[in-house]
Amino acid sequence: MSAPAGVAEAPPRAAAPVAGALREAGLAALVALGLFGPMVGLRTEPGAGGLMLVQRWPTVALLCAMVFVGRFGLVWARSHRFPAFLPALARAVPLALALALLFALMLPPLPTGETLLSAGGHDRALALLALFVVAGGVFLALGWGRAAPAVAVASTRSGRWEGSLRRFGRVLGPLLLALALLLPALPWVGRYTLDLGILVLTYVMLGWGLNIVVGLAGLLDLGYVAFYAVGAYSYALLSTSLGWSFWLCLPLAGIMAAFAGILLGFPVLRLRGDYLAIVTLGFGEIIRIVLLNWVSLTGGPNGIGGIPRPSFFGLSFSAGGGPGSFADFFGLEPSPTHRVVFLYYLILALALLTNWVTIRLRRQPLGRAWEALREDEIACRALGINVTTTKLTAFALGAMFGGFAGAFFATRQAFISPESFTFLESAIVLAIVVLGGLGSQIGVAIAAVVMIGGFEVFRDLAEWRMLVFGGAMVLIMVLRPRGIVASRTPTVALGKRRAISGELVGEGHG
Amino acid sequence: MIYGLIAVGYTMVYGIIGMINFAHGDVFMVGAFLALISILALGAGGIAAGPAALLLVLLLTVAFTALYGWTVERLAYRPLRGSFRLAPLISAIGMSIVLQNYVQIAQGARVKPLEPLVPGGITLLTEAGFAAQLSYMQMLIVAVTLGVLAVFTWLVTRTPLGRAMRACEQDRRMASLLGIDTDRTISLTFVIGAGLAAVAGMMYLLRYGVIDFYIGFLAGVKAFTAAVLGGIGSLPGAVLGGLLIGLIETFWSAYFSVQYKDVAAFSILVLTLVFLPTGLLGRAEVEKV
Amino acid sequence: MSGVAGTDILRVEDLSMRFGGLLAVAGVSFEAARGAITSLIGPNGAGKTTVFNCVTGFYRPTGGAVLLQAPEVAGGAPVALHRLAGHRIVRAGVARTFQNIRLFSGMTALENLLVAQHNALMAATGWGIGAVLGLVRYPRAEAAAIDRARAWLAATNLLERADDPAGALPYGAQRRLEIARAMCTDPLLLCLDEPAAGLNPRESDQLAALLLRIRSGEAPNGAPCSILLIEHDMGVVMRISDRVVVLDHGRKIADGTPAAVRADPKVIAAYLGEEEADEDAPAEAGVAGSGVAGAASGPGGTA
Repeated sequence: MSAPAGVAEAPPRAAAPVAGALREAGLAALVALGLFGPMVGLRTEPGAGGLMLVQRWPTVALLCAMVFVGRFGLVWARSHRFPAFLPALARAVPLALALALLFALMLPPLPTGETLLSAGGHDRALALLALFVVAGGVFLALGWGRAAPAVAVASTRSGRWEGSLRRFGRVLGPLLLALALLLPALPWVGRYTLDLGILVLTYVMLGWGLNIVVGLAGLLDLGYVAFYAVGAYSYALLSTSLGWSFWLCLPLAGIMAAFAGILLGFPVLRLRGDYLAIVTLGFGEIIRIVLLNWVSLTGGPNGIGGIPRPSFFGLSFSAGGGPGSFADFFGLEPSPTHRVVFLYYLILALALLTNWVTIRLRRQPLGRAWEALREDEIACRALGINVTTTKLTAFALGAMFGGFAGAFFATRQAFISPESFTFLESAIVLAIVVLGGLGSQIGVAIAAVVMIGGFEVFRDLAEWRMLVFGGAMVLIMVLRPRGIVASRTPTVALGKRRAISGELVGEGHG
Repeated sequence: MIYGLIAVGYTMVYGIIGMINFAHGDVFMVGAFLALISILALGAGGIAAGPAALLLVLLLTVAFTALYGWTVERLAYRPLRGSFRLAPLISAIGMSIVLQNYVQIAQGARVKPLEPLVPGGITLLTEAGFAAQLSYMQMLIVAVTLGVLAVFTWLVTRTPLGRAMRACEQDRRMASLLGIDTDRTISLTFVIGAGLAAVAGMMYLLRYGVIDFYIGFLAGVKAFTAAVLGGIGSLPGAVLGGLLIGLIETFWSAYFSVQYKDVAAFSILVLTLVFLPTGLLGRAEVEKV
Repeated sequence: MSGVAGTDILRVEDLSMRFGGLLAVAGVSFEAARGAITSLIGPNGAGKTTVFNCVTGFYRPTGGAVLLQAPEVAGGAPVALHRLAGHRIVRAGVARTFQNIRLFSGMTALENLLVAQHNALMAATGWGIGAVLGLVRYPRAEAAAIDRARAWLAATNLLERADDPAGALPYGAQRRLEIARAMCTDPLLLCLDEPAAGLNPRESDQLAALLLRIRSGEAPNGAPCSILLIEHDMGVVMRISDRVVVLDHGRKIADGTPAAVRADPKVIAAYLGEEEADEDAPAEAGVAGSGVAGAASGPGGTA
C-alpha cells in the first residue's frame, strides 16, 4: 500500500521541484522515444517485393510529448504538499487527458472536410469528452482513496474508504438488485441495454462462481473458461443431438462441468500457488484445442449452430406468434423482446442462485473450511479437515456455476465455437474477481458492471479497447491491489459483526 | 532451443521475485517484431545481409527489447512489490494484453513474412527421396543460442551483478540489509530476461520467417512449461526443459497429429507438475511444520 | 506423579524416521499415560519435533509404530496412528498446536474455533447439502458449536476478543487461542509444540495453570485430556509434567518423573554438552528465535 503510484521513485527534494520534474519528465520522454520509436515510428507494411517500412515520426513525437507532460504533472504534483484531494486531481487530469488524446489519435481519420465540431465528428467529440470525464472520475476516486496524508496509518486509511463503501454498500446492494429486477420494465430501456444487461449478468455469474474457488478457497484458477466451455458444449450437444429441453439440459450441463472440475481437481489440487495457476491455464487451453480439433463431435472451428432456444414452461418464443407460443398463450402481441426479457430474467435468476448458494455456504462449515484453507492449509489438516475433498467441493461447485453460465451462453447465442472460450475470457473473469475484491460478492458485481459495461461502451474502438482494458487492469492493480472491497465480513459473531481489514486476510497458496 | 531462451527469462524472474511474469511471452513477441523492424531498417539503410548486419540487428533488438522489459517491470510490477500475491499476476496479465494490442495497433494484425536471410545448408545424407539437411540457419541459431547462454552463465556466476541476483533470490530482505540495491537488481533481472527473450524472438523470426502479434502467448506458456519441466529456479534446467519441449513437440508432430501438439506440451506440463513437482533439476522443498 | 490411574493413552514403539541419509529419530519408545502430562525434552536437533510430527500424522515414520489406546474410540483396539491419513488423526482423538503459530489470521477468534468443529458440524449439515436448503438440524448444531467455542474462549480468557480477527490478537492471546482451537476438536490427547515460546513469565504461569486444568478436566470439555508437550521452558516442564522423556540425537536417554530426570547424569551430560557451546543458557535458550523463552527458563531450569 505504501508503494508509490505510477512510475516515480522518491520524489525530488523541494529545492527545485520544477527543474526536478522537468528532468524526470525528460528522462521519461527519452524512454518513451526508445519504446515507441521503432515500434510505432516504423510500421511494417507489405509492399512490392516483401515488407516495407512506413515512417510515422509525428505520432512518435506526440506520444513522447504526452509521456513528458504526464510525467511532469505527476512528479510536480507529488513534490508539492497539497491537501489529499489536490494531488489526486493533479494526477487524474493528465492521465485522463492522455487517455482521451490517445483515443483521439487512434481513431480512424475523419472523412475529409469534417472536424470534431461538425456534424460527423460530433459523436466522436462527445464520446471523447465522456471518456475524459469518466476516466478522470475513476482516477480521481482511486487516487483519492490512497492519496490521504501519510500520517494516517495504513489500516485506518483503507478503513475510511472501506467504511464509507460499506455504509454505501448496505444501500447499494439492494439498490443494484432492485435496478436489476426492474431493468426490463424501465421505459427508456431498449433491446440493446437488455442485451448488455444479459452480458453483464453472465459475467457477474461467472465472477461469483470463480469467487468460490479463488476468493473463498484461495485456489488460483486461470482456466475457469474450461468449465464455461464444458457447460456450453454439453448443453449444445445434448440439446441438438438428443433434443432434450432446456430445463433438462441446464442441470446436466452444470453436472458435466462439475465433473470436469473434479477430474481436473484430483491430480492438481496438491499443487500450490502459481503451479496450480499454470496447470489450470494449461487445462483451459487443452479443452479449447480439443474442441477445435475434435471435428466429428464439436464441429471444430465451425462450432455448433442451431442450438434450441429456451422455452417458457413449454411455450416457445417464436417470432410469428402462433399456437403454443408465449405471446399466444398470454394474449400478447408477438415480439422478439419477450425472449430477450425472458433470457434476462433467466440469467438474473441463475446469478442470484449462485450468489444465494455462496452466501449460505459461507456461513456454514463448508464455506468456513474453504476460508480456513485459504488462510492456512496445514492448520486445517491438523484440525481434521479433509483438505482434498474440501478443495474439490470448491472446485466442483465453482465449475458447476461456470457450466450453468456456459449453458445459458449457448442457448442465448444459439451458436458456439471454440473462439468464445479463449484464455482471455478466463483472464477477464479472474480480473473481475480480483478487482472486485476477493471473496466479496458485491465487489464482484460492481467490478463486472464496470468492466464489462465499460468494455461494451467503447465497442467502436475495436482493438483499442483491449489495449485500454489491459492498461486498466494494470492501473487498478497498482492503485488498489486488494480490489474494490478489500475487507472481509466475519461469518458469525457473538457481538456486532465488524469488517476485517484485508491486510490480515490470507490469499491462499494453492 | 528458443523455448529454452525464453524459459531462462521465466526462471530468472520467478526465482528472484517469485512470480510468473505473464508478459514475458509478449516481450518475446515484441523482440521478434523489433528484430524484423531492425532488419528492414538496416536493409533500407543499405546494410545488406551478412554476419556484421546480423550482429547489429541482434544488438539493436536486444537493446530495444530490454527497454521494454525494464518499462514493464517499472510500470506494472514495481509498484506492487510486497503487495499480495494475486495483484502482480493480474497486473502481468493486463500488461500482456496491453503489449499484444499495442503491437497489433502499431504494426497491424496481419502476419509478417520475411524471406530467409541465410539461405542454403549442407546436406548430411541423402537417401532415396529423403535429404537430411542441416541449414546454415539452424546452425546459426544453435551457435547464437549457445553463445548467448555462455555469456549469460558467465554473467550470473562470475560477476557482482550475478551475485546480487542470487542473493536476492535467496532472501530479498537480507540482501537489501546487506546493501544490495534490490530494486536495481530486479530491474536488471528483467532487462536481462527481456534481452534473452529478444534473442529468442530474433531466432524465431529467422527460423520461421513469419511472426504476428499473437505468437507471444503460446510461446510464453510453452517456455514456462520448459522452465517448470527443468525445475523452476534452475537455469540449466530451463535450457534442458526447453530442449526437451522442442524435441517432444517435433516428434509428436512427426508421429502423431500436428493439431494436438500443443495439447502434448500442456499435458507434459500437467504431468511434470503432478509427478515431479520440482522438475528435473529443481531443488526439493521440504514442507516445514 | 499425579494420582490419575489407568492405562497408557499413547504408545510409541521403536519409532524411526529417516530423511534421506539423516536418521532423525532412531528407535524411540515411550508411553504417555492417560490423564497425565508427558513432556518431551532434549537439546536442539534431538528429534523432538520429528517424533511429534510422527504422532500427529504430519510425517509418516520410516519404522516403528504409534498406537493410540483409546477404547472408547476404536472399540478397545488401539488405533495405529502411523497408518492414518493426516486429517484422520484428529478424528482418532489427537489434536495439536504449532511451534510457529498457525491461526486463520483473517478469521475471527470465534470463527477459528468453529472451523475446529468442522467435522461435527459437517455431519450435522448433511455434508453441506442440507444446510444450503436450510434444514433444522444445522442451526441447532451450530448453536451448540458456538456455545462450546464460547466456553473455550472464556476458559482461555479471550471472550471479549471473540469477534476480533485472530491475526490482530497479541502474541500470548494467539498462543491461547491455538490451544482453545485444538481443544475444540474434542481430543483425547493434546499435543503442544512449545506453547510457552515467546511468552513472558506471567503468561507462562497462566499457561501452566491452563494446561493443568485441561488435564484434570476442569476445563470446558469435562473429560480429562492427556497432554504431550514439547517445551523449552524448563520451569513449566518441571512444574506441571507427570513424566518427562528426554531425547538426544534421535535416541531416548532418560524417561521418568521430573525429579528423576533432573538428577540423571546422562541428561545433565546432554545439556552440558549444549552449554559449552552456549554459555549462559541453562537449557536451550535462544532456540528457534524464542529468546524470551530462554530468559524465562533461567530460574526454572536450575531450580
